[in-house]
Amino acid sequence: MTAPAATRDPGSAWARYRDNKDLQRLAICLVVGAIVALMTGKSGTVTAPTSGITGTFKSSSAYVWIGIFVALWLLLTVRDRYLQSVQSATHVLTTNRDRVLAITPVKWGIYAAGLVVAIALPHFVNNFWQEVLVGQIAPYVLLAVGLNVVVGFAGLLDLGYIAFYAVGAYSAAYWTGSLPAHPPFTVNPFWAFPLAIAAAMLAGVILGAPTLRLRGDYLAIVTLGFGEIIQIVANNLTSVTGGAQGITKAVPSFSVHAGGLHYVWPLELLPGNHYRWYYLILALIVVVLTAFHLLENSRVGRAWMAIREDEVAAEAVGINPLKYKVLAFAIGASTSGVAGVFFASKNGTFTPPDFAFQASILILVLVIFGGMGSLPGAVIGAAVLQWLPQALRSHIEQQDLYIYYGALLIVMMIFRPQGLIPSRRRAREIRMAEHGVGSADAMAQPGGAP
Amino acid sequence: MCLTHNFWSFLVIGLSNGFLYALIALGYTLVYGVLQLINFAHSEVFMSGAFGGLFVLNKVIGNGTPHGAASVGYVILGIIAGGFVGGLVAFLLERVAYRPLRRRNAPKLAYLISAIGASYFMFNLAGKEFGRNSVDIASPYTNGTVFTFLGAHVQTDYLVVAGVAIGMLVFLDRLVARTRLGQGIRAVAQDADTASLLGVDINRVISQTFIIGGVLGGAAGFLFGLQSGVIYSMGTVPGIKAFTAAVLGGIGNIRGAVIGGLVLGVVESLSVSCINASWTDVIAFGILVVVLLVRPTGILGERLGRSA
Repeated sequence: MTAPAATRDPGSAWARYRDNKDLQRLAICLVVGAIVALMTGKSGTVTAPTSGITGTFKSSSAYVWIGIFVALWLLLTVRDRYLQSVQSATHVLTTNRDRVLAITPVKWGIYAAGLVVAIALPHFVNNFWQEVLVGQIAPYVLLAVGLNVVVGFAGLLDLGYIAFYAVGAYSAAYWTGSLPAHPPFTVNPFWAFPLAIAAAMLAGVILGAPTLRLRGDYLAIVTLGFGEIIQIVANNLTSVTGGAQGITKAVPSFSVHAGGLHYVWPLELLPGNHYRWYYLILALIVVVLTAFHLLENSRVGRAWMAIREDEVAAEAVGINPLKYKVLAFAIGASTSGVAGVFFASKNGTFTPPDFAFQASILILVLVIFGGMGSLPGAVIGAAVLQWLPQALRSHIEQQDLYIYYGALLIVMMIFRPQGLIPSRRRAREIRMAEHGVGSADAMAQPGGAP
Repeated sequence: MCLTHNFWSFLVIGLSNGFLYALIALGYTLVYGVLQLINFAHSEVFMSGAFGGLFVLNKVIGNGTPHGAASVGYVILGIIAGGFVGGLVAFLLERVAYRPLRRRNAPKLAYLISAIGASYFMFNLAGKEFGRNSVDIASPYTNGTVFTFLGAHVQTDYLVVAGVAIGMLVFLDRLVARTRLGQGIRAVAQDADTASLLGVDINRVISQTFIIGGVLGGAAGFLFGLQSGVIYSMGTVPGIKAFTAAVLGGIGNIRGAVIGGLVLGVVESLSVSCINASWTDVIAFGILVVVLLVRPTGILGERLGRSA
């Protein structure tokens, strides 16, 4: 188990270089620069597997990237050496910012301003961006807010979140009579909402209740498996789901016929049809956000917090961890189901690949980027990360996106686990856990076993 | 009826798959033993091992069809290539995605998230660099029936997989039971804090554990690639299945992982003859859920490093 003496001898030249923090950091920056160059560089092919790598380093942009990271290294080194006073000054600034943001009227003012911006936004952008808003950004904001309950509030890891979205979409198709399997009665898609919520919630409880009795990481792998399986089932069970060709006829779009009022959400093909869909999902998001905000500060929210911070202690004061974990899991699942109904009705038709497993990872990335346990974080994180690939669409291939998402997850976990706009409570929990107090997640097995 | 029809053929195929699952499952179980964490990125270690074997063998063999001693040499070469790349990737993975978090004593959730990030990063980068289509590894041997056993055709493929797997498993078992390195692994698995007080370099042991798991996983990746081709996304499904095997045998338990792998492989293969083949992945997942429900400690029980 002992290393060769040469590498352990602090006097040797190699060891001096190896233990030099600045040089270590330079090496890391160089490697990261090279990796980023690879990520942004040329793609290889199977027949010429090294062409991507050699092509990348033949082009000048690779060296620009490496240069950027060396510059970053210089910046960090200079900051560490000479600018500690600046750091303490910015620290004062940030604490003041936190204090101002904690004042309730300021907070609600910001939320109201955000809502006004969200309402006005589609009128100031062109048709392409309206489509992005309705199809890419808003539904994923809703999904991120829902997953935030599971990952952020309850401290559990759900890697198959999109499966419940699929459950929602297929329920909507079923109850509107669009599947080969016919329901006892058909309903307007609006009435599919409660039915889909029930179905998604049920799926969540069936999956969660047995798994959540065990160690937290088992939930992650079971949901991972479920996310993979749901696609296979949708594909293979042709007599029920329509199989790989998708559902048999289009899910009708939402419409309201009450009294003298007739209001229809038309299929979203013509420009100008986006508005109705946008305001519908915006309303859904606001309702869900309000509900979760109230939930966070209720008895249930406090129970989740207690379980995250110390499960054994929570159990000792009479909180049933299993019950609250299943509850969080089911609430998250039902939010995903709501988004699924919206998706089914807006698109009219869908196929199993629409529920590809990687979408679950995307939603996880949105939550982690924004900040676990922070509702504003989930909203802004999702909006920014869904907007960015569209803005950069001419520079980045869509199929390369998951390289960046994967890297982002690692980088966030290393440098900023609390996320971009952290929940103060969650940030403090993570800090405390790092100093050995509490756990900051719900990964322990209920009953106190490790 | 469906179980008796071609029973022996399906059994042979199942055992061959089971050995592969066992090799991958050991990676999960070893890391679980020392860190109490599921290494979500292990499936990408498997994938990179397959690419390692692919590049080396396609370079060396080209379009020829080797026979005799050359075949044996090529298989060994492929395993070394796969194992080397797998070990290297596992080592780097631990350095990048795990060690910075461990240094900070991060919550467990953070490790899982960083590991799943590493998994997505690796397989999508592999897709970008090496193309997104499946490629076949140049065959190092002619894959004919070697002998017939109760009507089951035992092919070279199955014998190679079984032989390599048994060799590596016996080697690992002895390694963990007899060597200083194995002692270190068991000590960290039992009680990392005490082991550290007694002079075990925990970081070193964890690195070595990742490398051992990576070598096994990489070799398994090469063997799997020989049979079914190599593609950037090949890791996920065998990864979930191998994890199922590890849980089935009792996670953290080395011999349990082997038994779990074999049982899973056979059950899965026999079920193919009863149900449509497109449902096999669902069966493995169903087994995972049932095991977690009925006996979450697995067949042999969770004994961490204590088993060896």
